[in-house]
Amino acid sequence: MRAMRDVWGETLVALGKVNPNVVVLDADLANSTKADKFAKAHPDRFLQMGIAEQNCVGVAVGLASVGYVPWLSSFAIFFTHRAVDSIRMLVAQTHADVKIGGAYAGVLTGATGKTHQDVEDLAIMRAMPNMTVLAPADEVECAAAMRWATDHQGPVYLRLARDVCPDVFDAHYQFSPGTTYFVKPGTDVLLVSTGPQSARCMEAAQLLEPQGISAGVLHLPSIKPLNVEELVRTCEAYKLVITVEEHSVHGGLGALVAEILCEHSPRKVIRFGIKDRWGESAPNEYLLDLFELSPARLSERIKQVLQHTK
Amino acid sequence: MSKNEDYDELETLARRGRWLAISTVAKSGAGHVGGPFSAMDLLIALYFRVMKVDPQNPRWPQRDRFILSKGHSSIGLYTVMALRGFLPVEELKTFDKGNSRLQGHPDVTKLPGLDTSTGSLGQGLSVGLGIALGARLRGEKFHTFVMIGDGELQEGMIWEALHIAPRYKLGNLSAILDWNGLQQFGWVLAINEQHRGDRRDPWSGIDLRGIFERLGWRCLEVNGHDYSQIIPALQSAKASGDSDQPTMIIAHTIKGKGVHFTEGKHEWHSKVATKEELKIIAEELGIEEALV
Repeated sequence: MRAMRDVWGETLVALGKVNPNVVVLDADLANSTKADKFAKAHPDRFLQMGIAEQNCVGVAVGLASVGYVPWLSSFAIFFTHRAVDSIRMLVAQTHADVKIGGAYAGVLTGATGKTHQDVEDLAIMRAMPNMTVLAPADEVECAAAMRWATDHQGPVYLRLARDVCPDVFDAHYQFSPGTTYFVKPGTDVLLVSTGPQSARCMEAAQLLEPQGISAGVLHLPSIKPLNVEELVRTCEAYKLVITVEEHSVHGGLGALVAEILCEHSPRKVIRFGIKDRWGESAPNEYLLDLFELSPARLSERIKQVLQHTK
Repeated sequence: MSKNEDYDELETLARRGRWLAISTVAKSGAGHVGGPFSAMDLLIALYFRVMKVDPQNPRWPQRDRFILSKGHSSIGLYTVMALRGFLPVEELKTFDKGNSRLQGHPDVTKLPGLDTSTGSLGQGLSVGLGIALGARLRGEKFHTFVMIGDGELQEGMIWEALHIAPRYKLGNLSAILDWNGLQQFGWVLAINEQHRGDRRDPWSGIDLRGIFERLGWRCLEVNGHDYSQIIPALQSAKASGDSDQPTMIIAHTIKGKGVHFTEGKHEWHSKVATKEELKIIAEELGIEEALV
């Protein structure tokens, strides 16, 4: 159980050791994102691009065209918002072999507030043709997803958390794009989540158990591609599906699940997440409670929803 | 062949290129004219005298790279590529027609010989910077040229690249500024204000050369319609590939250059020539087969 940014930095170092084509482009945040570990280990392949994310993306596309595998490192918000057109036109449209590490995604950004909280990245990135969109839950999955992304030919957006993420998987875990992971069994309600929020869902489910509520948790590390059949099959075993995401309820995981179930197996889907509002700078615990994503608040809300749907 | 005869050949190619561009746009019913015309002589010089390319092997790894960052001038590039043998001249008819390799804005996934997709302005120089940086890291000797427009130069992203390229000492990167002084709509001229176009030059009164030089670029200034200036400048840029400074070729051009009524007229940014206009254009450009 370690901070995801440390895992990201260390995995970059490891990837750089096995693959001489891996280069890292930083937009002047390496000592926050922990890409500075790569700078130390492989200084010749660490390229400082300054506080200029749009250019940083374009340079990566050029590097990829001559055979490098560039990993971009900055805060998610500055890639998916500031540099969105470069990503859309230069990376996604050309199917460039560029990997985008979106650090500090979600609301837990180290008390930096609304400017740095990216809760629209999944909505934006999954709308782009050619783009693979991944949101790992923990240390093991983050490293596995990065290994996969480096070997995969084509653009990948990796949604990264800043802080410590509780372990969901053990060392035997294998990442497979599109696969859904049933991380906690349960019968009364299915919680569908992604990224480190899946661990908070598992904790909420544990809080509900003594109260006689059995909640299953399905983790989706791969927002795109997604094994639709597998998702539908799992959801069909439940009367109620609740999506939970550290992201806006507009266009993200909840929207994705609702879109799919709407077409393939219509049923009620309730979306928990950020509801059309701005964040603020505050400690993690405060923010998770504010957005009703902490295990305690989550379990209360699930209980309420179940009472109303009975 | 003397120097002048050599340029005669290029001038003939450029006239044919302008004819193919404007007649293709006329046939497809949409497209750009002014930008392709201002860039035509520079494109001809690059593809016929300066760049090391192989039309039969467009993905040859050691080729020189070219990015048309002002992607809306695509028909100018397609025309020159067709004349150079990258695609049949006949294929120009498919421009903008659906299921075509010749998209309104260049698409690297469709047409071999392109080095990236462009069309959203301001992005090409960054990709060229990345290619040049990759070439340096790999020890490859090819050169990367990127053509930008002065209208496009208003995009902030270009200035990000202008700042970073000298920092990496990329002598193997050259930008070519097609400074035609007009954009799609722009600003009206003030009373008594004189410009070479019928609207205000966006960089009027601004010492762009001085700015580029302060940022660390080696600058060469040419008349972008005079091969005796264009070719030595492009060759000098390419010859300085091992140097520690990227080159900016500031090409002073005229939007719509080559036909008297398209020159300096912002409305010809994207305009479809009528049949009557095409006749005059063919005559002026000396395109005999179009007149029969």
